Order: sequence, then structure tokens, then C-alpha cells
Amino acid sequence: MSVKLGVPSKGRLMEKAFQWFQKGGIELTRTGSDREYAGAVSGIEGVDLVLLSAGEIPRELAAGRIHLGVTGTDLVMENLPLWEQQLEEIAPLGFGHADLILAVPKCWVDVDTLDDLDAAAAAFRAAHGHRLRIATKYHRLVRDHLRDAGVADYQLVDSQGATEGTVMNETAEAIADITSTGETLRANHLKPLSDCPILRSQATLWRSRVAPLDADEKRLLRTLLDRVS
Amino acid sequence: MPNRSQIMAQAARLRAQFESAGAQPIETPILQPAETLLDLYGEDIRTRAYVTSDALRGEQMLRPDFTVPVVQMHMEHGAEPARYTYAGEVFRRQEHDPDRASEFIQVGYEVFARDNAATADAEVFALIAQVLSGLQLRAATGDIGILMAAVQGLRTTERRKAALMRHIWRPRRFRALLERYSRNAEMSPGRAALLEAKDSMDAAHPQIGRRRQPEIAARIQALREDAAEPPLSATEMAALDGLLSVRETAPYALAHLRDFAVDLPAITPALYLLEARIDALDARGVDVEHLDFEASYGRTSMEYYDGFVFGFYAERRPDLPPIATGGRYDALTRQLGQGAEIPAVGGVLRPGLMLELSETQA
Repeated sequence: MSVKLGVPSKGRLMEKAFQWFQKGGIELTRTGSDREYAGAVSGIEGVDLVLLSAGEIPRELAAGRIHLGVTGTDLVMENLPLWEQQLEEIAPLGFGHADLILAVPKCWVDVDTLDDLDAAAAAFRAAHGHRLRIATKYHRLVRDHLRDAGVADYQLVDSQGATEGTVMNETAEAIADITSTGETLRANHLKPLSDCPILRSQATLWRSRVAPLDADEKRLLRTLLDRVS
Repeated sequence: MPNRSQIMAQAARLRAQFESAGAQPIETPILQPAETLLDLYGEDIRTRAYVTSDALRGEQMLRPDFTVPVVQMHMEHGAEPARYTYAGEVFRRQEHDPDRASEFIQVGYEVFARDNAATADAEVFALIAQVLSGLQLRAATGDIGILMAAVQGLRTTERRKAALMRHIWRPRRFRALLERYSRNAEMSPGRAALLEAKDSMDAAHPQIGRRRQPEIAARIQALREDAAEPPLSATEMAALDGLLSVRETAPYALAHLRDFAVDLPAITPALYLLEARIDALDARGVDVEHLDFEASYGRTSMEYYDGFVFGFYAERRPDLPPIATGGRYDALTRQLGQGAEIPAVGGVLRPGLMLELSETQA
């Protein structure tokens, strides 16, 4: 019998998640060498710690291979279109805050809002013969957002890293990315649009609705959640 | 539920019916170059079509419908006039509704003809209605051409009309534009300052990216000119609102629309076409007295249609998508024709849904 808890395998997200569980007297630790992704749990019997990349946690929860998982709202909503049916949000954890925003060059003094972006995109397409490119790794969230807002004549180009640099390198005209302080945006001469962010994200504890649980595991899960809530 | 071979057999029967109505049977490839579809529909098509790729041909899509390949084929080597029929799988990516099929069979009938649009519209509708008779479906009809004519006839700048035309198929954005043009909505302080400044360009920020300074300056100039424009007249706005809310049986809808033509005279030719279509439908035995007409019909889901639009719905099964849809797509032939164009109208049926309905009725 065991309840599997998925936690990001490195960095501040892991440390903060470990701290958050500590308040319920549950001690999570990484064991072995720095490079080995193995973990241990003390303070509660029967809980297994599974260390994973934050990006894989939504998929593992949706597949029912882990019962609980800590990961960002952004990653859940980008990767799981029907997340409400697969996952239950247990608690926002109060760290890992980041907004998914659309940003354009600061020199675009005429573009502040999605309205402006749409108008600029129409003119850009007519002038350049291709649609205005937006670099992002959040394809689904950005596309849904732009469709709801009725923005046309853009295209998404995939960027898995250094997204803020794509405008300067002329592989995109605008970007959509996660930002917490806006520092990287400023350093790359970009500004966020003034509309609401596409998504406000933070690290969140999720429960899989599909992971199988026997009666004992169900009790254990209840105890675990009671202690941290 | 009907199985695949039953659906294929039904599709073959329908195609044979269309053949005996004079259509030439055609086949199109399943893999379509993604670029063509993306240029037509924009990024949204990615949520509806499966995209695949290889190193040689780049991105390809599993055909989300037949219209584009059929038009391309006709534009390349079709005789005129032409009638085509086809049957085969289309593929739709489903992200929100697990009950919707991601692969299903469509059977279609398309007419490419230069003379008498009303007759061709009626021919397609009546043929499909006849094939569907017995299933007790509700037909909905509309005409995007009336709204387009209304926009083209507004007493305002070409730039505003072009912006409205661009968003005809995005009702929310269309509405937002209308509101802005009708009351010259207040500007944000930042925007007002930008338009008043002598030198709007902000030299503090380096010029980066492919959108260059002259393009930014051109847009600021356009914003300045637009800010000086008078708002859309209240009469035109009221008539446009009235037009968009027309929802009656066809003859009453026509009478009602004529009232709005007093303030929107540009729609008159489109109304003559509607009248001719109603007559042509009547001549083909369609019960036009009970045929529903909605002026806003087809604006959200049928983006390449620019004239007559229709759909057939199973009212007892609101969970089902429409059993048949169709319309006129002259502009699409212009876009795909590289200079050539031909008026075209057509419709598609879903044999699988037809069988499912007749099973539950039996």
C-alpha cells in the first residue's frame, strides 16, 4: 500500500514544496547523490516521494501514476485540456508565482492592448506577406486566449527557451511567456501588453481523480491532506 | 450505433444519388499542405486539424474538410460549369468534447457555376433536403452576404469598413469595433498623449524586430485620422443591430430586412438575391413558408462562407453536431485561385449521423 506524491525534482520549487509539507510534520528529502532522483518521506507511513520534472507532473497525474503532485497552474492548463475531469485542485501553495503574458518590443509605442496587437498584425501581414509571429511554449493557452479575444493574422512559433531573445533575432515579432518580475523582458527591450495576463500561475497541490486507491490508501490520503491543510 | 461498413455503404448510396443528380465523383488526398490551410483559417485551425510533418514537405494536415482541396482541384483543371460529389474521411482534432468524433465520413455536393447564384443555391439546398427527408430535421438558413453588403455600405472610412470586414466571422471583435466606431470610445490617457505628441517615436527604446519604424509611424497616423472621424450614425447602428437580430421564416425575414434597407440601402442587391433564392427554393418544392432564416446564422462556425449558408439539425438530439451544413464560398475560390475566381456553393452530409438517427427513429 502506498500513496505516491510527485514533487519537482530540483531547484527552488522542490525546496519550497518540501518546506510546505514540513508544516504538517511531513519531512521530504532527496536521498543519495545530487544527481540521483530518489527521495524519502518521514513523519508519515506509506507515502512515496516521486521526483519528476515539473512539466511531467500533469501528465503523470492525468495518467493516474501518481496520486498527488505539486506543479504550476500554467503547466496543468497547458497540457491537460480537460483538467477539471482528471485533477482536483487541493491547495495553492503560495510560491512559484508567475504570470503568462504577451509582450511586444518597447519601441512599438502604438501597441498597448490586444486590440492594438490585432490591428498591428493585420498591417504586418499585408506588409510582410506572413502572419505576425508570436514565440511561445504555451501554445494551447495562448491560442485559446487570442481566439477568445478575436485576434487574427498571427502565428505561433515554438520556443522552448530564451524566448525573450526571439524578437531581437527576428525569428518572432512578439512573445508569450511566463514572467515573475519582468526583469528578463526589460533586459530584452520588451513590454507586456496592459490587458490582464493570459494566466496567473502558482505552484499548486493537485490530486489525481483517476489514480486507483484501495480503502487503506484512501484513508492515508485523507490523513495526509488533513495534516497539511 | 452504425458500424463503419454500414456508414461506408450509406456514403456510397448518397454519393450515387448525387451522381445521378449530375455530379462528377472526385477523390482528394488526405494529406494537405498545412500552409494553405493556415493562411486561410489562421492559427485556430490547429485546434481543429491534426498536424503532422516530415523533413521534406514540412507541415501537413489531415484534411479537416473537402472544400479546400476540391476548390484547388477545380481551379487547376476544372471545366465550367461543374458539379462534383465525393465521400471520405475528414479528421477533426477534439480538445474540449470527448464525445465528438475525431474521424468521420462526409459526403459532399459542390456546384461551380457563373450564372444565376440563386438557382445554384436552391439546387444544393433542395438536393440535400431531399436526401435528408424522413429524418425530421430542422433547417436553418442565413446569408452572410447581406451583412457584408451592409458593412460595405456604411457611411464611414474604407479603413473602418476593412477592419469590420476582417472580423465578420468573429462576432465579439466585430461588436467591439462597432462600439468603438459608434461612440468614439474614450481613449486611454497614454493613447491620447501618443496621438498628440509631435514626435511619437520613443527614441529611448532600441528598434528591434521586423516591424520597423515606418510601420509604427503609419499606424499612429492611421489612429490620428481615425480619432478625427465622426462616429457611425445612430441610424446606421440601429439598422445594423436590427438586421443582425432578424430571425423569422424566410418570407417574413425578407420583409423585415427590407425595412432596414431604408437606412442601409447598400443591402438592396443582396435582398434581391435573397428574394430570388426564396423563389428558386419554392420552385424546387422547398416549403419556404416554414423555412427558418437567421441573419446572424453561420457567423461563428462557417468562416469561408460569404453568401447563402445553411445547416440541418436533429432537434431531438441537441447533443449531435449538425447533420449537414453548406453555403456559398465565392471569396474562397478567389483566395485559392491565384487571380482566377468562380462562384461556388456546396454542402456536406454526415452519413454516420444519418444512420444513427434513423436507428433511433425505427
